Amino acid sequence: MAQTQVQRDNAPVIEINGLTQRFGGLTAVDDFNVKLMPGKLTGLIGPNGAGKTTVFNLVSGFYQPTEGQILVGGKPTAGFKPHKVTALGVARTFQNIRLWNDMTVLDNIRVAQHYWLGYGFFSSVFRTKRYKQRETQISEEANELLEVFDLKRFADEFPKNLPYGTQRKLEIARALSTHPKLLLLDEPAAGLNSHDVKDLIRLIRWIYDNFDVSIWMIEHHMDVVMELCSHIKVIDFGQTIAEGTPEEIRNHPAVITAYLGDDVI
Amino acid sequence: MKKYSLNMLLVVFAIGLLFAAHFGIIDGYIQIVVMTIGINIMMSTSLNLVNGNMGEFTCGHAAFMCIGAYISSILSVFCFGTKFGEPLLPAASVLIVFPIILLIGGAVAAVSSLLVSVPSFKTRDDYLAIISIAVNYMIISAIENLDFVGGSRGFQGMKDTTWAMIDIFDGPWMLFWVINFTIFTVWVIRRFISSTYGKGVNAISQDEVAAEIMSVNTNKIKIINFMVAAGLAGCAGGLYAHIIGYVNPQSFNILKSTEALVMVYLGGMGSLSGAVISAVIFTGLLEVLRSQAIIDGLLSPVTFMFPDWEPSAGVIKWVMIPLMLIIVMQFRPEGIMGNRELGDVFPKLKRFYRFK
Repeated sequence: MAQTQVQRDNAPVIEINGLTQRFGGLTAVDDFNVKLMPGKLTGLIGPNGAGKTTVFNLVSGFYQPTEGQILVGGKPTAGFKPHKVTALGVARTFQNIRLWNDMTVLDNIRVAQHYWLGYGFFSSVFRTKRYKQRETQISEEANELLEVFDLKRFADEFPKNLPYGTQRKLEIARALSTHPKLLLLDEPAAGLNSHDVKDLIRLIRWIYDNFDVSIWMIEHHMDVVMELCSHIKVIDFGQTIAEGTPEEIRNHPAVITAYLGDDVI
Repeated sequence: MKKYSLNMLLVVFAIGLLFAAHFGIIDGYIQIVVMTIGINIMMSTSLNLVNGNMGEFTCGHAAFMCIGAYISSILSVFCFGTKFGEPLLPAASVLIVFPIILLIGGAVAAVSSLLVSVPSFKTRDDYLAIISIAVNYMIISAIENLDFVGGSRGFQGMKDTTWAMIDIFDGPWMLFWVINFTIFTVWVIRRFISSTYGKGVNAISQDEVAAEIMSVNTNKIKIINFMVAAGLAGCAGGLYAHIIGYVNPQSFNILKSTEALVMVYLGGMGSLSGAVISAVIFTGLLEVLRSQAIIDGLLSPVTFMFPDWEPSAGVIKWVMIPLMLIIVMQFRPEGIMGNRELGDVFPKLKRFYRFK
């Protein structure tokens, strides 16, 4: 699964044009545009309630946008349920970890293959050849992934019994097991201590180097964003207020105003 | 050896039961109790699929049993009975046609489960419970108003089918079918739920949002899961109708659904072996407490103090069973088995059998 030499092509992984989402009178996301090229590590930051998670929810198909268009790998995703979007190659993790706590770690990885199982109810009951073939294949792949992520020793453990940092890691591993082209990380460092944050930075960097995946992350820990992302977009009240390299963002007056208020300048 | 030990045990047990019934070692009453246990196992394990494994809360499971019972009864009367005119099929074909009739009843019940599964896309918990009760009432009153099947007077004539079987060979046929279908039910559920495909059901129960984002087509899995559960309940209904030889819509009302619900919660949510064990215990208890002598014995300390009071078994039974439920829920709210299987509770058993 891990590839050392990653080949990346040049069509955008995701293209968002004029994305707008209104909840009643509130405009959560206003005319959001982005074009992510493959092989980029991009950040999305903004103060609390800026609409970052709403953008992710729109991309992954939980909400249908009021206006605008999302193209994943050139295909519009309007009307797609989240599992369809995942099938197109967009995986995500959640701000609050959402693992299946009463299933083993191995099963957590295996069920994430659900869309690609290629057999149905009757095959599962009659244990057809196809069923056996696919189950062994899936188990092998899942074990391989756990091995790569150094989670193999927890394979039969329940996620709820794992340390928080390991649960994060498992959630990212589970997202990667769907073979995404784009990985959305929603505040991966939330709730981690400074030691775990360093591990996380190393993990994301390692994933970026070894998997053929572009990463788009929301994060509040500035050190994580500044260290990892090559390009950052800042939104506030649903509107894009700045974008650029970490250096540009750090000194951008609009960003400083959004985070610290007017008086500082 | 380990692979087949459970199957062999089951076959020996089934053949033993059938022989005992055929040669009159166990009488008709015990046979009826055994058949009721089988039907209750089918009901509790299939409901467990929805309420336990998928974590939805439905309490109208008897509606699907009702549909299965009526559809298979009507087909059976058309094929072998004289109620609607000449039988369509020769009586000799009954042994092949009867299981097909039961499966068709199950299939129709499975399709009717869409009445609950489609609303379950958007609703959960209490609201879905209300919908399922409504469906239960809807189906019962629909049948009560169909004069074609006797309305509220009920429907009979299925005994012709059982007699046709007895004409071929004089044996305990219904016991045979109940044993087969009970094993079939547990087998189907076990295989479905232990495949990665079926684990999608558990994923929905534990975190539906995560399931959807991790590529599980939650709506489709919900439909399939409801269909399997309702279909198996439909088969149970068909068997029930043919054992009694008479069906009445009111025997599938909310009380019947509650019975299934009680068995699931007694056994433990999401535990297949728990559902089987609790169905056996619950049905057994219902029968045992029917005996006036046992009730008198149990209550002798109380009647000793109040000599004027003469409790009747029929009343006291429905005091004792709910009381027992309250006690179980108080001290073991997760049910007899929790969400574990027999092999998890007694790991040593795993050395002797493999269950799949």
